[in-house]
Amino acid sequence: MDAAVLTKPHPTSGMTQAAPLLRVSNLTKSYGHVVGCRDVSFELRPGEVLGIVGESGSGKTTLLNAISGKLPPSAGKVEFDTSRFGLTDIYGLNEPDRRRMQREEWGFVHQNPRDGLRMRVSGGANVAEPLMNLGDRHYGRMRAATIEWLERVELDTRRIDDKPRNFSGGMQQRIQVARNLIHGPRLVFMDEPTGGLDVSVQARLLDLLRELVRDLGLAVIIVTHDMAVARLMADRLLVMKSGFVVETGLTDQVLDDPQHPYTQLLVSSVLQI
Amino acid sequence: MTARPNEPERYYNYAYLDEQTKRMIRRAILKALAIPGYQAPFGSREMPVPYGWGTGGIQLTAAIIGPDDVYKCIDQGADDTTNAVSIRRFFAQVADVATTEETAEATIIQTRHRIPEKGLTEGQVLVFQVPQPEPLRGLEARETETRAMHAYEEYGLQYVSLYESVAAHGYIASTVGYPTMIEERYLMSPSPIPKFDNPKLGQNPAILLFGAGREKRIYAVPPYTNVRSLDFEDHPFETQTWEEDCALCGAQESYLDEVVLDDSGERMFVCSDSNFCAERRAAGHAGPMAGHQLAALDKEPA
Repeated sequence: MDAAVLTKPHPTSGMTQAAPLLRVSNLTKSYGHVVGCRDVSFELRPGEVLGIVGESGSGKTTLLNAISGKLPPSAGKVEFDTSRFGLTDIYGLNEPDRRRMQREEWGFVHQNPRDGLRMRVSGGANVAEPLMNLGDRHYGRMRAATIEWLERVELDTRRIDDKPRNFSGGMQQRIQVARNLIHGPRLVFMDEPTGGLDVSVQARLLDLLRELVRDLGLAVIIVTHDMAVARLMADRLLVMKSGFVVETGLTDQVLDDPQHPYTQLLVSSVLQI
Repeated sequence: MTARPNEPERYYNYAYLDEQTKRMIRRAILKALAIPGYQAPFGSREMPVPYGWGTGGIQLTAAIIGPDDVYKCIDQGADDTTNAVSIRRFFAQVADVATTEETAEATIIQTRHRIPEKGLTEGQVLVFQVPQPEPLRGLEARETETRAMHAYEEYGLQYVSLYESVAAHGYIASTVGYPTMIEERYLMSPSPIPKFDNPKLGQNPAILLFGAGREKRIYAVPPYTNVRSLDFEDHPFETQTWEEDCALCGAQESYLDEVVLDDSGERMFVCSDSNFCAERRAAGHAGPMAGHQLAALDKEPA
């Protein structure tokens, strides 16, 4: 299956489509002779949740980093519908503009909360930091917004001034989610957001994420190797193997009726209880 | 150049550093003055004191000092502390300069922790010894990242430290190294001076030079530059205040040090600027503990 499938009219609504929020064309990233990802193209519309699945080493994280502006691709383009410049190649922007766009319009939830949080400052300050980065200089207002967001991610607001290390892994992940949503981004990247969490905590976090994404109408690109996470979160799936996208389509369609042999293997290898 | 009186015992190049090094430092100083608040890198040299004892300040002084200068050195505002006395003697020996404790007489004042109480004038240079020039370092460990933040004016992060302070104490409690904005462009750490002295940084007629020897950075605030201390709209910047007056000279508007006198809780508050305090006492001002033995120490110990 090729990328053309993804540029057809929006499959769920069937209506005329909105302008794409993100357009990735022929994205290739190689590390010397080693291929990270090759010739990936897709579009993402506002409010859409795209899952990228595949085994480890299949290029999921390389793809995510290249799309999110962290890793310049070897070839291809990543265009984002920026509020200041319209649909623009993000690697064509100069660095201050790109950093500003990343700050203002994107969020990035890391697999390990230690990568996404400042461990030396309190949970509350971590959540409020994006507001300060956007120029808010009113303490009381930021404090109120922080408390509101801690409530939304179901954290005890009395612990607002505790350091991240004093929270459990699941709670740290919730702080990270709040930190990445408080400034009202339009696109959020998630790299295995539930990795390393036990199953019940995972389920609650997923539930929360799903609710927030639906409430806020966020566009999300979520990388995961967990088919259950993909099923719960994603509208559409990209299945990757050895750097190539081998299958794309609606989540239910891909998971219930996999076409590519690798996808069939991936789906059938999920443990059943 | 005529032979100097101490020529035989002076085995070093004038002002200790070799001429090429001083030239390199002067270039860095000019760059720093041209871009107020910007941390100009320079090739810091090994000095005959350990890092942390003022190597940055000593190199700055060595680069700008000349035989006609009058040199003053203070540590915590006082002229008579060990470090200040040692550095002052060092320059008296290697640079043949006159030294003084009078703020108004000095042309170069090297300082740690304080800006003198007496207003500086045009033509004076204040040299700060800086341990950590990067105000963002405590929050962001990567030098590449902090440089990008300075380049693109991304200073939101600095407010995180203020936020933490307000969250913990109900007000901005940090008292030293209080971050400042220079001409609304560069974020600058004013070295470990108390925030009491922050307002003196702005529109100062003197040249303010900052040197960090270990971190190899020089930055500057040229005369009559705008300096703003960061704050929140609902928690404005405030300086420290004391309920006491200086116990020796009765000053009400100076920065006071608390001195513990014995083990039964006796204490006194005295001006941290020893020269300012001595001058006031000489002019007849007296505080509640005037005549205390601490007041006798207003001349440099032998």
